[in-house]
Amino acid sequence: MNKRKIIGISLYLVFIILPIYWLLIMSFKSNEEILGQLSYWPQNFSLDNYATIFSDPSWYMGYVNSMIYVLMNVVITLVTALPAAYAFSRYRFLGDKPLFFWLLTNKMAPPAVFLLPFFQLYSAVNLFDTHIAVALAHCLFSVPLAVWILEGFMSAIPREIDETAYIDGYSFPHFFIKIFLPMIRSAIGVTAFFSFMFSWVELLMARTLTSVNAKPIGAIMTRTVGAAGVDWGLLSAAGVLTIIPGCLVVWFVRHHIAKGFALGRV
Amino acid sequence: MIPKVHNNRAWFLILPVLLLVAFSALIPLMTVVNYSVQDIFEQNSAYYVGAEWYREVLRDPRLQASLWRQFIFSGSVLLIEIPLGILVALMMPEKGRMASICLIVLAMPLLIPWNVVGTIWQIFGRADIGLMGAFLVGIGLDYNYASNPVDAWFTVLLMDVWHWTSLVALLCYSGLRSIPSAYYQAARIDQASSWSIFRYIQLPKLKSVLVIAVLLRFMDSFMIYAEPFVLTGGGPGNSTTFLSQTLTKMAIGQFDLGPAAAFSLIYFLIVLLVSWLFFTTITHLDSRH
Repeated sequence: MNKRKIIGISLYLVFIILPIYWLLIMSFKSNEEILGQLSYWPQNFSLDNYATIFSDPSWYMGYVNSMIYVLMNVVITLVTALPAAYAFSRYRFLGDKPLFFWLLTNKMAPPAVFLLPFFQLYSAVNLFDTHIAVALAHCLFSVPLAVWILEGFMSAIPREIDETAYIDGYSFPHFFIKIFLPMIRSAIGVTAFFSFMFSWVELLMARTLTSVNAKPIGAIMTRTVGAAGVDWGLLSAAGVLTIIPGCLVVWFVRHHIAKGFALGRV
Repeated sequence: MIPKVHNNRAWFLILPVLLLVAFSALIPLMTVVNYSVQDIFEQNSAYYVGAEWYREVLRDPRLQASLWRQFIFSGSVLLIEIPLGILVALMMPEKGRMASICLIVLAMPLLIPWNVVGTIWQIFGRADIGLMGAFLVGIGLDYNYASNPVDAWFTVLLMDVWHWTSLVALLCYSGLRSIPSAYYQAARIDQASSWSIFRYIQLPKLKSVLVIAVLLRFMDSFMIYAEPFVLTGGGPGNSTTFLSQTLTKMAIGQFDLGPAAAFSLIYFLIVLLVSWLFFTTITHLDSRH
């Protein structure tokens, strides 16, 4: 590999890391130090900001709430999208193409369009301020994307395999679970990653559909803006903690990422 | 390969998805349509006003202004992020430990909640406590994103480039990895320049992932809300107030349900239409070659 490429990519990685680094070192500083003078390293290293978050239930429950609805979303998305993607990749049926396009248009709907009706709908069915409400609302985006990704992967698997299994006497559910799912496990991992990613970072709907019991961490972070100004240290620490789950997920699926980002279509 | 089988019972397999999406999509969409043609006073008193709200919002100068801002923003985002993303993908190492590190660092901005992205840049750009702000002021620029509209635009654009170029880069990276090495060997024998390798081998292979990248980037940038809201609150003045923010202010701030609903539908149609245009032009170009 030539030198120009190495220098170029290194510069870009530094560009990505610098803002995150700045957030990280601010989370170890006190507010006096942050507002006092510019320093590239915490002078008095302290974990006070993190201690505040981990000792106050109204703080750490935000992370728990976010985790709960994100996991619900991933499970619901996979369970419903897997059979649907199989149908789209294997069969022709009445209205298959318009349906596929209609599913995709839901990814295009601006969340702001749906905010108020969403609030009314979920209030009407008594789901307001529950984790499942946010999980279902996020399904509007994650399910179409999941069907799109999985359909691409499944279409790459020859249909001869299905036929052979049926001839060998497998029933459909038996074949699907025992043979088919293990063959596309990297696709399942990638789909789970995408559902996780979009549900974890989405805030507009999550905030509209919750008030106390299921409030996401992003909404709780706005509390740091008080009468005395912004509590930068606390805000930074809370921000750093929202990055960690994402990093863990990327670490586990790193070998599948390249393939999955192409949505199985290259 | 065995052709697809015609089987209407496949409907049972997609039924769960249809019910799930229809519940969250159709009912709210019908509610929005309903609002857009009515004047609502309270719970049970509303009367039909026809296309009145549509006429009103189409003439509203505030909405027109934010619509133009939105188009300029999405256009700049696409013009910067697509070429930059391709460039980053071309520079990435192919395999080994360095490739893993690059992938993980690139994916990081994508996994940060959108309001936290705003927070990060809010801190990073401040002249008194932020590295970038302090640096720009240090080299003699009069930089302040909170009071100067040009600086605010620069910061919002830079933030979006930081946040989303990774998605384009990762998509292109996976596209490049699918090119068989025999192609490159043939090119080397012909002593092709690196430009013609890019133009005739790599770019055609990237087309299908670029369709996805352009579509996703257009849709998401057209709906941007949390990042500029946290960064500048839409200011200074209204210089970084984009469509979603205007809409949210109308519907939830002032409770103008009718106009907000009419505007929502116009908004939805614009996204649908532009996405469709992108999709057909790119796939059309693809089939010509």
